[in-house]
Amino acid sequence: MSIITYREALGRALDEEMARDRRVFLMGEEVGEYDGAYKVSKGLLAKYGPERVRDTPIAELGFTGAGIGAAIAGLRPVVEWMTHNFALLAMDQVVNGAAKMRYMSGGKLSVPIVFRGPNGPAEYLASQHSQALASYWVHAPGLKVVAPATPADAYGLLKSAIRDDDPVVFLENELMYAWKGEVPDEEFLVPIGKANVARPGKDATILVFAKPLLAALEAADHLAAKGVEAEVIDLRSLRPLDEAAVYESVARTGRCVVVDESWPVASMGSYVAYLVSRACFDALDAPVALVSGEDVPMPYNHALELAAQPSAAKIEAAVLGALYREA
Amino acid sequence: MDERLGVLLESMQLIRSFEDRAGMMYGLRKIGGFCHLYSGQEAVAVGAVSVLDLERDYLLTGYRDHGHALALGVDPRAIMAELYGKATGVSRGKGGSMHLFDPASRLLGGNGIVGEQIPIATGVALEQAYDHSGGVTLCFFGDGAFHQGALHESLNLAKVWSLPIVYVVENNQWGMGTNWRRVSAEEDFSRTAQAYGMVGRSCDGMDVADVQGSVREAIQSARERGEPGLVEARTYRYKGHSMSDPQKYRSREDIEEYRKRDPIAALKGRMEDAGTLSQAEWEELMARVEAKVEAAVAFAESSAEPAPGELYTDVYAG
Repeated sequence: MSIITYREALGRALDEEMARDRRVFLMGEEVGEYDGAYKVSKGLLAKYGPERVRDTPIAELGFTGAGIGAAIAGLRPVVEWMTHNFALLAMDQVVNGAAKMRYMSGGKLSVPIVFRGPNGPAEYLASQHSQALASYWVHAPGLKVVAPATPADAYGLLKSAIRDDDPVVFLENELMYAWKGEVPDEEFLVPIGKANVARPGKDATILVFAKPLLAALEAADHLAAKGVEAEVIDLRSLRPLDEAAVYESVARTGRCVVVDESWPVASMGSYVAYLVSRACFDALDAPVALVSGEDVPMPYNHALELAAQPSAAKIEAAVLGALYREA
Repeated sequence: MDERLGVLLESMQLIRSFEDRAGMMYGLRKIGGFCHLYSGQEAVAVGAVSVLDLERDYLLTGYRDHGHALALGVDPRAIMAELYGKATGVSRGKGGSMHLFDPASRLLGGNGIVGEQIPIATGVALEQAYDHSGGVTLCFFGDGAFHQGALHESLNLAKVWSLPIVYVVENNQWGMGTNWRRVSAEEDFSRTAQAYGMVGRSCDGMDVADVQGSVREAIQSARERGEPGLVEARTYRYKGHSMSDPQKYRSREDIEEYRKRDPIAALKGRMEDAGTLSQAEWEELMARVEAKVEAAVAFAESSAEPAPGELYTDVYAG
């Protein structure tokens, strides 16, 4: 067991998968000579050369589409976007290309590709560089979407994503790259489609994914001091979603708070809240609550940008609300 | 009959007859949705495909894809069945007219978004370079797609990565109802190649031999030296943009002018003048083509609809 950063965990997964299979290669902005805009690919150019660690021009539509073409022809590309904010330029290729190729071809084509990069709010980056776009990707059938929140999950899910025969959108975060955690030294995979109980509890269920996991765990600590044992479930995989794990927990606790840093309208979080409301109607003792990003573009000012995001305090208040208790 | 030219003539006529019949079956509501016929442009697909190495090359195109599929030798029965939406279709009834896929015949689609296939084709060529397969990718699109950023990003990528790809712009002069001259800053598409350090070539898209010559040169540079290329084939479509287009933007006379330069009539005339095509040989050719089209329609008519459970298959692997 080693304690490594989320960034190092991703780099280790890339390195191992590239060593294992020569069809796996990395392409994107600053992945090679610069050693990665966030240093995820540090050292890989020196080890694998420019054919397999391929710098691209800043042309997201073009190079994302080129990755898809390489995938249908038999390679297993990992496309790195400097951020998901820039990936909106490539949305047509992901949604109309990667997601639909297998279906439109009647199963004749496979698109084994990973699209990855930081997603969600960071700090002091304002509206265009600090937004949570998971909901855009999960909307499209044909895509798989994962959002690991720990170094071990980042490692194990990236390896699974690379080995998957379908296109996988992989959500990271600028602030999470420096997060540290225990990662076993021996090789392992984290299966796509399995949630993780990050903290067991019996009084309420908090469903969360990506960076807000930390705020949810902090809220659970505060709640424990007030005698409330909240169960925190890290969804990890958004599509496919581990519905069984979610329903099992809510059936036990009877209370559910969904946390998603996306905007609330037509979001992943609001969809999960709908699923729980429908599937666990008889078990619920309170309406399902949603703690989302505020419904505004991200402001630059730090106090305002923090106010725009889910926080431990907001999550704690939502859980207490679901228990009909005073904050 | 001159065998080499005879193959080209028959391939072009198969496309013409197939499209005539597809239009007819569309009118009878056997085929629905958007159906873009290739009539008039046959020399481009047939000429270009004739210089491919079908063991290792690939072809990608847009939504006007019946002609490319037929030129590659995709079974006309499976294409017609696809237009009908039948389970025996080349895309098992899930793609339709705009999304023909047949990797065994080197066809990787069939795309409905204007210019969608251009970055994807560039990536197919990336695989060919990565694997040193010796293959080349041929990417077709129309004058409408020429102004998409996707093309310009792809030309740049192909050049900086030295990819074995040839981009063929089929300038049929109408991006749906908009004449290409109204929306293009450049009168000669092939010149755009120079901006990306590539060789641009122009050819007469109504002359199969001219298309062959230009595409052959471009393919050779791509295959042997990793030099991507761009070929503009000036052509004309006889039918509307799709079956639902009333074509109020052009006159019957305009179409008739181009029909005088019809690529099939031109090659047939040339062969007759050279004494390499007899009346009997032409009639035999037509009989073979008509039989194939007839068989395609019969196959589509008699094929089963996809089972209801097919709705949820092919979304993900396994």
